[in-house]
Amino acid sequence: MAKMLEKQANESMETTKSMTLIQGVTDGLGTMLDDDENILVLGEDVGVNGGVFRATDGLQEKFGERRVVDTPLSEAGFVGAAVGMALNGLKPVVEIQFLGFIYPAYEQIATHVTRARSRTMGHYHLPMVIRAPYGAGVRSPEIHSDSIEALFTHLPGIKVVCPSNAYDAKGLLVASIEDPDPVLFLEPMRLYRGERVEVPTEKYSIELGKGERIIEGEDVTVLAWGAMVPIAKKAAEQMKEKNISCDVIDLRTLYPLDKDIIAESVQKTGRVVIVHEAQSTGGVGSEITSVINDKAFLYLKSPIERVTGFDVPVPLFALENDYLPTPQRVQDAIQKVIDF
Amino acid sequence: MMEIIDKAGKFVSKEYEKEITKEQAQKFYYHMLRIRTFDRKGKALQRQGRIGTYVPFEGQEASQVGSALVLEEKDWMFPTYRDHGATLTFGAEMDRVLLYWNGRVEGSVPSKEKNIYPASVPIATQLPHATGAAMAETYKGTNNVAIAYFGDGATSEGDFHEGINIASVFQAPVVFFNQNNGFAISVPIEKQMNSETIAQKSEAYGIPGVRVDGMDVFAVHFAVKEAFERARNGEGPTLIEAVTWRFGAHTTADDPTKYRDQEETEKKREELDPILRLERFMKNHDMWDEDWAEKIEKEIEAELDDAIVEMEKFQKPDPADMFDYVFEEPTWTIQEQKEILKGATK
Repeated sequence: MAKMLEKQANESMETTKSMTLIQGVTDGLGTMLDDDENILVLGEDVGVNGGVFRATDGLQEKFGERRVVDTPLSEAGFVGAAVGMALNGLKPVVEIQFLGFIYPAYEQIATHVTRARSRTMGHYHLPMVIRAPYGAGVRSPEIHSDSIEALFTHLPGIKVVCPSNAYDAKGLLVASIEDPDPVLFLEPMRLYRGERVEVPTEKYSIELGKGERIIEGEDVTVLAWGAMVPIAKKAAEQMKEKNISCDVIDLRTLYPLDKDIIAESVQKTGRVVIVHEAQSTGGVGSEITSVINDKAFLYLKSPIERVTGFDVPVPLFALENDYLPTPQRVQDAIQKVIDF
Repeated sequence: MMEIIDKAGKFVSKEYEKEITKEQAQKFYYHMLRIRTFDRKGKALQRQGRIGTYVPFEGQEASQVGSALVLEEKDWMFPTYRDHGATLTFGAEMDRVLLYWNGRVEGSVPSKEKNIYPASVPIATQLPHATGAAMAETYKGTNNVAIAYFGDGATSEGDFHEGINIASVFQAPVVFFNQNNGFAISVPIEKQMNSETIAQKSEAYGIPGVRVDGMDVFAVHFAVKEAFERARNGEGPTLIEAVTWRFGAHTTADDPTKYRDQEETEKKREELDPILRLERFMKNHDMWDEDWAEKIEKEIEAELDDAIVEMEKFQKPDPADMFDYVFEEPTWTIQEQKEILKGATK
């Protein structure tokens, strides 16, 4: 349904452009900078350099140094400064160069970003977005490949969003910037320059907290987000050959989870495979399992399977493909819940 | 170290003599007495079990009043948990401040007229906020200023550096106001840093640094005022070190006799106490009026009594409040949990 509405919205718009995920991000940022004078982009190398991945390419040239600001190498400092800006009427969009570099800012996020509204009973609120590329699979150096969404979904007071394609990237980024509360916006760097999709050049937004069914199926629910969406899709396509049909859902928002799409799908299929590249213990997959326990327990025909990264630090890239879930591991899990 | 009046209440520097009036001295005295009365009452209320753990600031009245009276209506204050003397002076409501110490979130809600961010508990985290709020003022083309309060221990934190560094790079209109009270809980300043002063750290950022006698309300006031003027004129941030002393404990849960001789501290009162010093100065300069002193004492007592009554008769806390202000619209998990608490067996 959501897909259909989005497609209709898409068709009603005059122009679209074929974009990669990162172009969707850039286009979303540019659209919002154009839209609201109070929005500014901050981060390391986001100005002249256009970001190390070029997510902010051309933005400083177009909007000037006042709106697109190169900051010192200071994650806690500029996330903290963004708190002060957001308190004071601006809408900062902060780029953390890699999610694995966010640790110095964690104190600011855990003690201030997430709490300003509740500490002041709504007198202050922080309309700010923290963007960060995340994940393994692009032969990055150490620490550059972390996938630590669960450290943030566990924190009360921040929404966590993770698109898997250019269309969602732009629409979810617009919605995140327009949200009156803080949003962590995770960008799968492995998909940055992958598949191109048609993206409207106009402004549009996708509601936060809503997943999307990307393959309709009857036998097994497969839940994924970000870089794992193409893996889940591929596994589902392979399983078709065995006459197993998968209901593949891209969750898109990790907090708050779309409990309705999860419940509806699981109530239909009774079998579930959750795929994420983060470590298994305490991962978002555990929380999804809990949602299923609450909303669809009696519909289950087999135990829930999780295909995840392992409980080890993300290895250097020589072993990253061994760490990451593969379509084959997902297929095996699908087969397992069928055979139970 | 910048000083205007000495321990005996005499002018050290004549530079500011013309700017110091009887009216101003009375105003400073009134505010210092007011927050000290509040502070002593805070400790008493904690001992009587009428509020929770309390953080006293006795000794730091000149630093807090001298600085807070510089702020104008639209300026920003980013205090710590030991700076309610400053927030009260800038305009925080007294019953609200008491509510905070009684575990009520209502105590952190700023009054509508004043930009006072709730006290930062994680040390030094408020410095980057002050920088950002100040950058936003520049962005909007106003000339409002932000001030961050922090203690000596905070200078060892990363956020001290990050907040000041960013402010210096962008020449943000912000004043970093350090109260060096000699101790971070039990750790004395000599164990906190190898630098001779905190003010000298400004050199590393290429910004002005001022070391001021934090027991001299005039020195503090003019040092902060000049820093605000620089900030308003687009000349960027200043780091101020107000050298002061914490007469009491770190909190009402702390026993300072474990790490220092409290009798020694009391002996220092004669020479250090900022209120005594101002009283001497006023007496020396024909600014003291016994009737006035009695009158303000009574006024302050009455104000405080009223605030305590307001605090104690404040409406009961509503559990809904913890759910309703996490996001503008509560998420479904929060809505479900709010219902769980409502239905829970009491």
